[in-house]
Amino acid sequence: MAETLIPKIATPATTLTAAKTGTPLIEIENLSLYYGAAKALKDISLKLEEKVVTAFIGPSGCGKSTLLRCLNRMNDLIDNVRIDGAIKIGSHDIYAANVDVIELRKRVGMVFQKSNPFPKSIYENVAYGLRLHGFQSKSELDGTVEQSLRNAALWDEVKDRLHSSALGLSGGQQQRLCIARAIAIKPEIILMDEPASALDPIATTRIEELILELKKDFTIVIVTHNMQQAARISNYTAFFYIGELVEFDVTAKIFTNPAKKQTEDYVTGRFG
Amino acid sequence: MGIHRGHQARPVEWLAEKFIFFVSLSAILMVLLIFLFVAREALPVFFGQTNTALVQKPIPPDEMDKHSPAELQAYLELTPDEFAKTERKTLRALMDVKLEAQDDIPEDFRNDPDARINTTEWKYLLQSHQWNGYDKPEYIWQPVGQIKKFNIIPLFVGTLKVTLIGLLFAVPLAVGAAIYVSQLARPRLRETLKPAIELLSGIPSVVVGFFALIVMATVLQSLFHYQTRLNAFVAGLALGFAVIPVIFSIAEDALTSVPRTYTQAALALGASRWQTAWQIVLPAALPGVFAATVLGFGRAIGETMIVLMVCSASVMSWSIFDSARSITTTIAAEMAEAVNGGPHYRILFLLGALLFGATFVSNMIGDFVIHRFKQKLEGKR
Repeated sequence: MAETLIPKIATPATTLTAAKTGTPLIEIENLSLYYGAAKALKDISLKLEEKVVTAFIGPSGCGKSTLLRCLNRMNDLIDNVRIDGAIKIGSHDIYAANVDVIELRKRVGMVFQKSNPFPKSIYENVAYGLRLHGFQSKSELDGTVEQSLRNAALWDEVKDRLHSSALGLSGGQQQRLCIARAIAIKPEIILMDEPASALDPIATTRIEELILELKKDFTIVIVTHNMQQAARISNYTAFFYIGELVEFDVTAKIFTNPAKKQTEDYVTGRFG
Repeated sequence: MGIHRGHQARPVEWLAEKFIFFVSLSAILMVLLIFLFVAREALPVFFGQTNTALVQKPIPPDEMDKHSPAELQAYLELTPDEFAKTERKTLRALMDVKLEAQDDIPEDFRNDPDARINTTEWKYLLQSHQWNGYDKPEYIWQPVGQIKKFNIIPLFVGTLKVTLIGLLFAVPLAVGAAIYVSQLARPRLRETLKPAIELLSGIPSVVVGFFALIVMATVLQSLFHYQTRLNAFVAGLALGFAVIPVIFSIAEDALTSVPRTYTQAALALGASRWQTAWQIVLPAALPGVFAATVLGFGRAIGETMIVLMVCSASVMSWSIFDSARSITTTIAAEMAEAVNGGPHYRILFLLGALLFGATFVSNMIGDFVIHRFKQKLEGKR
C-alpha cells in the first residue's frame, strides 16, 4: 500500500502556489500567539484547501501543535494565552466575539496524540458527541454509531462487544475509536495531533490507510513528527521552525525540491 | 548488581520494610483489641446473664446451702471470678444486703408487674413493650429510675435520622463544591476556595455544636416554624458542616486526578465545561466520590459532640423535627453515671460494640461497591 501512496500525492498536479487555486476552507492571517510574554507563533499566514490532507511538520517546540489547537480554540483552555491575527473557516472569523465555541468544535473535530476514549462503553463513546448535539432517537444513534465505526475501520472488530468498556481495546483500536467518535458528529475539518505516534507500525499503517480514506469526506490537518508519514498521506505540507512558517507547498515538492535550505536540511534529516 | 542482591545488601531497607510492616500489623491488632475490649464488657448482656428485675424471689441467708453456687452467683449479680474469690462470710453479708434492698423497694413498685421483668433481655432491648401506665406498647430508653428501660431502638433511629440528614445535606454540597473547585473555578479562585473549605474541618466539633445550639436552632425554627427548637434536623445540618470538608477533600482529589485527556476529548467534541464536568469527569471519578461519601458516613455516625449539644432526648420518632439521641451521644453522656459493671454499664458497651459492627459492615459494603465501580470503569467486567 505504502508504495502506491507517493504517486497519489502528486495528483493535484498544481503549481507552486497550490493553495491559491483550490477553495481555501481555512485561512490563517498574520497569526501570532503568546504564552504570557513568550511569542510561540510568529505572524503566520496560511491557506488550507478543502478535502485534502495538510501535514504540519517541524522539530519539537516549533509551534505546530499550538497552531493546530488554534483551529478549534483548544488554546482557550490555557491561561495567559493571547492571540493576534485572524483565523477564518469558511470565511467566518472563529475568534470573533460572537462565535459559539461549541458550534465551532462541532465543525472542527480533533484526534489527540494519546488515545483518550472515555471510560464508557464503545457504543457510548461514539454516541456521546451525537447526544451532545441533540441526537436522541435510539435508531438514529444506532445507525450513526455503526456508520462511524465502519468509517473508522473498527466495526468488524467491535460489533460483538459494543457495550463493553472502550478501555479494554488495544491502543490502535482505541485511537480508531477516537477517530470514529470525532467523525460521528460529521465535522468539516478533523485536526489530528500526532495520532499515530504512540502506536506500533501495524496500527500506524491502519491509521494512515484510514486517513487516506477519510479525506474523501473531510478536510484533515495532521501534525506529525514522522516525515515518512507526512510524505505518505498528505497533499500539502507546512514546515515550521521556532514559531515561524518556513515553507508551505505540495508535499512532493517539499520532500523532493524544497525552496528553502532549512526545509531541505530538516526533511533530509540533517537536524530535528 | 547481582540478581540475588536480596535483603543482605541493604539492611537498612530491609529493616525499614519490616518496621512498616509491623506498624501496619499493629494497626489491625489495635482495631481488633479495641473491639474485643468493648465486646467483652457487653458479653453478660449478650448471653442474658444480667438481671435488672426489681422484685426478685428473696433467698434468706440461712438457706444459702440449699442453692447451687451458680444460682447464688446470679442472685448476687457477681461474675464467676468474683464469686469464687469471695469468702463465705462476705457472701452471707451480701445476701443480707440484698434482702434489705428488697425491703427498701417503695410500696408502689411491690405489685407492679414491670418490677419483675429483667429489662436487659433481648426481647426488651429490641421490641416495644407496654409498660405499666402506658396505653400502648412503646420503645423506651430510660436507664435511670426504679424500673430501668433499655430499649435501644430509639437510639438507632436517632442515629440514623441525624446521620442521614447530615449526609443528605453534606454530600450534594460537598460534591458540588468539589466539582466546581476542581473543574470550573479559575485557578486563583481554586487556590482560595480549597483551603477555605478544608479549614472547616479544623473547627472543633464543640464549636460547631455551640453555633448550632445558639444560632442555627433559632434561625431554622423561625424559618420552618416547627415546634421543638432543638431537633434532629438542626443536629443533622450541624453534622453536615462537620462532614462537608471530609467529603469535599477526598472528592476533590478524585475529580482532579481524572486524566486531563478525558476533559480535552469532551471539550473538543463540543461539550460545555459544565457538561464535561457532569457527564465525563464525575462518572470517571465515581469510585473516589463514593469513597468520600462512605468516609463522610463514618465521620457522621461517629460524631458525638454536635448531637449531644443540639439534641439528646431519646424519643422514638421518625420525624426529623423531633429530638433524637444518637448512640455515641448516649455513651458519652451516660458512661460516667453508669455503675461500673452494672447492667446500664454493660448495655452502653453493647451499644458501642453494635455501632462498631454497623460501621464495619457499612465500610465493607462501601469498599465492595467501590471495587465494582472501579472494575467497571477499567473495563474488566
